[in-house]
Amino acid sequence: MVPFKRLFSSSLGRKYLMGASGLALVLFILVHLLGNLTFYSHNGDATNAYSAKLHSLGLLLVVAEWGLFAVIILHIYMAFQVTYRSKVARPIGYDSLKSKGGPTKSNVTTRNMIYTGIVLLVFLIIHLKQFRFGPDLEDGYTATVNGVMVDDVYRVGVETFQNVGWVAFYVFSMFFLGFHFRHGFWSMFQSLGALNPRWSKPIHAMGLIIAILMAVGFLGIPIYLHVTQGGVQ
Amino acid sequence: MEHKHSEKKMNVRLKIWRQEGPKTPGKFEEFSLSDILTDMSFLEMLDVLNEKLIHEGKRPVEYESDCREGICGTCSLMISGQAHGPNRGATTCQLYMRSFDNNELITIEPWRAKSFPVIRDLVTDRSSFDRIISAGGYVSVKTGPHADANAILVAKDLSDRAMDAAACIGCGACVAACPNASASLFTSAKITQFALLPQGHPERSRRAIRMVDQMDKEGFGSCSNLQECEAACPKKISIQNITIMKQEYLKAAIAADFRAGMGSADGGA
Repeated sequence: MVPFKRLFSSSLGRKYLMGASGLALVLFILVHLLGNLTFYSHNGDATNAYSAKLHSLGLLLVVAEWGLFAVIILHIYMAFQVTYRSKVARPIGYDSLKSKGGPTKSNVTTRNMIYTGIVLLVFLIIHLKQFRFGPDLEDGYTATVNGVMVDDVYRVGVETFQNVGWVAFYVFSMFFLGFHFRHGFWSMFQSLGALNPRWSKPIHAMGLIIAILMAVGFLGIPIYLHVTQGGVQ
Repeated sequence: MEHKHSEKKMNVRLKIWRQEGPKTPGKFEEFSLSDILTDMSFLEMLDVLNEKLIHEGKRPVEYESDCREGICGTCSLMISGQAHGPNRGATTCQLYMRSFDNNELITIEPWRAKSFPVIRDLVTDRSSFDRIISAGGYVSVKTGPHADANAILVAKDLSDRAMDAAACIGCGACVAACPNASASLFTSAKITQFALLPQGHPERSRRAIRMVDQMDKEGFGSCSNLQECEAACPKKISIQNITIMKQEYLKAAIAADFRAGMGSADGGA
């Protein structure tokens, strides 16, 4: 038999997987933000050095990338499963449905995690195309770090964000990252059954702080590059 | 003696879901009532409407009620988009007309969920909840002489939390208010009230698995942690119970898997 088949074919199981994959993605995005903070330095050396260090990980990087890919697919698959089953569970909707307030966490962003998620998926595809599969050494995007020739990923960033349209798109998308995080962060603990009443409120508050820090940290980069490097060709 | 307050009257406009039977499509029908006492209960107002309809030779609006004191869980109306009406911690039968404005249009709908099919008008079949209980929401006891009181000691904090979970009257407001029509709050309250007590421990694994499996089989939606259930619950049952259900099920499912690996046919038992 498939191990833990029952666990993951149940409604609760799908939520465990949602929460666990969410946790992995949160950790990745935190590390990604920390790495990206190098974009705030006055030139591209720090960014390119960080990028070169990542590339030097070799096989480890490949494993991490494929692992991340699998986690993202799992998260998306479970998201559609959960959403679809919930739609089916109420074939005839209400004339009106109104919250009673109180402890509720229901609002337009928390009820529409699937849509904030879809915006993030579109963003992810475009972002990967621009940076992960964007111009590199072979296209002449080279920089020298400690005397070694490396990818000039900093230049890719600078050139992308000379276009005010891309700046707007990135800023817009990061708002959605913030919304997704705001409910997702607390929610992943709840889905995993890892909250006790004492932690629930602090973790929910922490979700807001992390959501704002992440969104602001990321969306500041295109704005910063556009403002400081916008005129450089 | 003056009864000034109780003599206040109001007019009511109602938009009520009418549906002949489970298979026939329903539609809204509008009614208006005048001179309704503000101190009437919401269900008394509906009784007045039904008296009027009967006198006019029309079919009265079917709705459910029993105890009319908030403890049986029979009444179940979605009132202007809110389960049991606008008040928190109260059932439909504990709602009074003074909670509404004069001439306010009040929409009344049945609980809407695939697992709560409409029988007629505002009456739904909530036997899916009974089947979840039958699947494991009990403690098996030996019949015979009465056991000594306090033979099994229970910590006060645990007995309090178990009692809070046991306050669930099974009305279905949690499902009705949940944007996903999930029965997580109901099922978790029924699992938790036993999981926290020593009497419930021998069967806790199979209880968690069987009740969750039955909940899924009934076709309820998934929990997305919006806490709308707790906001709508007339007994203010906490989603902390859902946390406990998640823990109980996770432990039980992993343990069942190991037991199945050792050759036990019934993974849940």
